[in-house]
Amino acid sequence: MECIFGFTGKDFVMTATDSTVAQSILIVKSTEDKSRALSKRILLLFAGESGDTVQFAEFIQRNVRLYEIRNGVELSTKSAATFTRRELADNLRSRKQYSVNLILAGYDLTTELPSLYQLDYLGSSVSAPFAAHGYAAHFLFSIFDRYHRPDLSLEEAKALMKMCVGELQRRFLVNLSHFTVKVVDKDGIREIAI
Amino acid sequence: MNSILNEFKSTSALCEEELHDSLYDWDTANGFALPTFEFPAVHNLNRFMKDITSASAPCQIEIQHGTTTLAFKFKSGVIVAADSRASQGNYVSTSSVKKIIEINPFLLGTMAGGAADCTFWQRELGRQCRLYELRNKERISVAAASKLLANMIYRYKGMGLSMGTMVTGWDKTGPKIFYVDSDGTRVDGELFSVGSGSPFAYGIIDNGFDFDLDVPSAIDLGKRAIYHATHRDGASGGTVNLYHVKPDGWARIGRWDVEDLHWEFQDQPKPSPINSSVIG
Repeated sequence: MECIFGFTGKDFVMTATDSTVAQSILIVKSTEDKSRALSKRILLLFAGESGDTVQFAEFIQRNVRLYEIRNGVELSTKSAATFTRRELADNLRSRKQYSVNLILAGYDLTTELPSLYQLDYLGSSVSAPFAAHGYAAHFLFSIFDRYHRPDLSLEEAKALMKMCVGELQRRFLVNLSHFTVKVVDKDGIREIAI
Repeated sequence: MNSILNEFKSTSALCEEELHDSLYDWDTANGFALPTFEFPAVHNLNRFMKDITSASAPCQIEIQHGTTTLAFKFKSGVIVAADSRASQGNYVSTSSVKKIIEINPFLLGTMAGGAADCTFWQRELGRQCRLYELRNKERISVAAASKLLANMIYRYKGMGLSMGTMVTGWDKTGPKIFYVDSDGTRVDGELFSVGSGSPFAYGIIDNGFDFDLDVPSAIDLGKRAIYHATHRDGASGGTVNLYHVKPDGWARIGRWDVEDLHWEFQDQPKPSPINSSVIG
């Protein structure tokens, strides 16, 4: 029932995750952050099997950091996505695979371009202007098809984000009271209120 | 028998010699390693565990369930409370279980799910916390302690461990509660309740809670939540055990038989829902 989604704008990426931790029919917590910063300008959103998600995201986070320390350069968003996809794919045929769906949002200083990758637990990775996992996809893709433009300004993006969250809270059976919305741009990653 | 006695009667010189030997025999890698288990010789452990715990299995392993535990933060620390019933299927095996585990003088853990799993892994956690303290000359934070536990049990994910626990304590950052379970979930929070009776306990805490509650009222709220859970949940019962976590460690507040509480509460007037944070 988890919802994670995001889309690119003119010079930023905007992402959202629901903040609910559920255990069967019970809401255990409603203010959890389901993302990890891989570097200053790369954000990894995760959803899936509880336990696996945080464990895998922190594993990727630490390895991306290790790469930076060893080589003195930051990974590009594309490289981080390639690395993450490869880890998932290699792990897929093991005895106990990670069941994690991911969205990778980043802004590259070299190209000055935002980028977004959608990865799933089977090891697929797609670069896309907008992405959503799980039930969110059913509700949001039509909205993205209709309203998303690659040159969205920040104010327009906030309005689009409001539409998305509003639609989920209006039409989705599951009560998702709070969404954590973040922006990744040249200044880094920050949480915003919509 | 004599041989055992002699071991304890040895002279101090001998003791020193033995100590010397044992120091040199000490294998750091083994000594500090995680405990290991013999695994069943099957191809896929995860599937094996699923098969023998499923309802259709020819000889199903039944794992103890049925508990109410809770922990919440308020202005003067954390209240931790639990019932004391242990059941195996529909049989109540004992009504005097200590479901609040004293990991060390500053850390408490709660027990829900498999009793053996909780006791064993939290004892192991206590050992690792002590080692941390000795190495770093500083107490471990609740965040770090709960992460040690989460990482330990994550390695056994899918192999049949069953535990839902709250690790609570007071460290440099203040009072803390972490919910950790055998799925590998670990979340920081203000209020948690775990076990089959938890929805009932949530009903009481959510509506009677106020962060500025004084200590006696907070204790009363915790006690009441467990009582109401034991009243409605057949798998919870026995006594309420209650602890208060303070800056200088936890204190055991008391133990009340839920039957006594039932007669005590029965004649009390019910509070008005308009000002429900005042729990009588």
